[in-house]
Amino acid sequence: MRELTYSDAIREAMMEEMRSNPNVFLMGEDVGVFNGVWGVSHDMLAEFGPERIRDTAISEMNIIGSGLGAALVGMRPIVEIMFGDFLMCAGDQIANQVAKARFMSGGKANVPLTIRITSGAPGSAAAQHSQSPESWFMNIPGLKIVTPASPADAKGLLKTALRGEDPVLFFEHKMLYAETGPVPEEADFSVPFGQAAVVREGKDVTLIGVGIMVKKSLLAAEMLAKQGIEAEVIDPRTLVPLDKDTLIKSVAKTGRVVISHEAHRRSGPGAEISAVLAEDAIEYLDGPIMRVGAKNVPLPYSPELENHVLPNENDVYEAALKLCGRS
Amino acid sequence: MQTGPEVSKYKDLYARDLLAEMFRRMTLVREFELRAIEERRGGLIPGFIHSCVGQEATAVGASLALTDEDVITSTHRGHGHLIGKGGDPKYMMAELAARAPGYCNGRGGSLHIADFSLGILGANGIVGGGLPMATGAALGFKMRGEKRVALSFFGDGATNEGTFHEAANQAGVWKLPVIFFCENNLYGEGTHIQRCTPIDDLAIRAQSYGFPGVIVDGNDILAVYEATKTAVERAKAGEGPTFIEAKTYRHRGHYEGDPQLYRTQEEIQSWMKKDPIKRFSKALMESGLFDDGDLEELQGSVIMQLNEAVSFAEKAEKPAVEEALAGVYADTHNGLVF
Repeated sequence: MRELTYSDAIREAMMEEMRSNPNVFLMGEDVGVFNGVWGVSHDMLAEFGPERIRDTAISEMNIIGSGLGAALVGMRPIVEIMFGDFLMCAGDQIANQVAKARFMSGGKANVPLTIRITSGAPGSAAAQHSQSPESWFMNIPGLKIVTPASPADAKGLLKTALRGEDPVLFFEHKMLYAETGPVPEEADFSVPFGQAAVVREGKDVTLIGVGIMVKKSLLAAEMLAKQGIEAEVIDPRTLVPLDKDTLIKSVAKTGRVVISHEAHRRSGPGAEISAVLAEDAIEYLDGPIMRVGAKNVPLPYSPELENHVLPNENDVYEAALKLCGRS
Repeated sequence: MQTGPEVSKYKDLYARDLLAEMFRRMTLVREFELRAIEERRGGLIPGFIHSCVGQEATAVGASLALTDEDVITSTHRGHGHLIGKGGDPKYMMAELAARAPGYCNGRGGSLHIADFSLGILGANGIVGGGLPMATGAALGFKMRGEKRVALSFFGDGATNEGTFHEAANQAGVWKLPVIFFCENNLYGEGTHIQRCTPIDDLAIRAQSYGFPGVIVDGNDILAVYEATKTAVERAKAGEGPTFIEAKTYRHRGHYEGDPQLYRTQEEIQSWMKKDPIKRFSKALMESGLFDDGDLEELQGSVIMQLNEAVSFAEKAEKPAVEEALAGVYADTHNGLVF
């Protein structure tokens, strides 16, 4: 299978949908002439023109709110938020308008709006350009929350988002943009929401990773293998909806679980996943549910401090080792 | 400040049916509000009510200048906008009463009524919340080459919200077919506009976004209607947005039960003298097109319609409790989203 970068996989999903449906368009800060600050929409302006690749003012409220308005009159907007940290500028529009439009109207409002967001620490971007805000929005019913970890999932999940009728927050980790991997070429390829991926099979411990922590959990699994521990790595792929069954099934097999994400540990996605496992899988557990996440401080600028705060494969490895009684 | 045409010109300028409809809808808005307040006291309506009594000319005048294909976004004081745009008082009253056949099946209430088939994209509980939405709807119309406009109603308070400035700026840049319709009723909740805004006329804010800002007498329905018509024509000709500041006043408190410590009886009374419905009925009679009997007949039909609406709401089923989980998403992925 041909290989694509995570970034180009996202671009390909957008371009395919834009070619097949004239109501799909992209707007955001510097998505056109600049090619996207992260380069994801490079050269899309040349193919689709400024009507459908729209450079906006730096106005996050209006970007998201007008995405909603366009969706309500039958368009299928893709809006880009350059840094996930900026979502808070548009807080009301996301939490009170986009998420609730369908419900408040008695189910009548159709909101096919995809909000593409970059998340995660790209290195020394400091506290306002490095956050992983997925879980801030998990407490808002009405949104779907997607965290692709591979190029194939990035394309497949984005296709599902763009063909659906619900608002989706699509979190793209900045440090995954350059990752390459096989991506199916079939035009109808998509990845459904609510289906976790078993990325590596194992019987001794389950490593649930979110976003970039899937990659780091795989590295941890290799380190564990050298210690004779077979780790199963699971990527939930979508946090809302959450595929509880696959998580529970894995924990039932291994009896041990480490959940990791780049978001802060306190009330990160792992808190919800832990609660689900505590409610529905406690009888299978041979030890505590372990969580690995960024320390509960704003992300620092200094590379040394930042590395100290961010979670990595060693943190996952050590948590798993401890669970297996080996540390 | 723009005012409407002289009474002597009504005959030449307007179809009698249009004038009758203006009067009927304004009366329907007024009576709907008074009836809703009564029914809230009586216990039929559980939520709060922000009545628009006194602001009927802005709601109806602007809405009647639009076509069925045009859309509006509304506010927390939105009953007049909904009725103005053709909303059915029966389903509105049922929604206020939290009944299953209400506009939102009892899930939205007064602050969230929407009817997409009438181009009502929704009332809104957030001050300034609907401005980006209207801008986006206008963007959709422009992109598809449709001759439609989006009109966003909002109050004076919303012009101090970031959404106003972001939406107006982007709409100005893209010359979108959107009308920013500000009902300046002098108070943002309990704070007089002059205590929170350093300018007298809000319309001048349009200048910074590159489109016209006009000031109209918001208690003169024909002034509102004409200004909106002009804005619609401009929008449909591809010339971009218009900001309309309609100076008006709400006769009642911010919400029912508001002690109104922030304003005087004298001020309220002085505006009661400018009541938009009394003023319009007087003008209609002076025009020679209507007499007492005609207006009474229209008023009577409105009362009948509201009696039916209340009766409909009273008899309507309450939503089944399981319905609370319906309509959050188009696709729940077999319930996994919950």
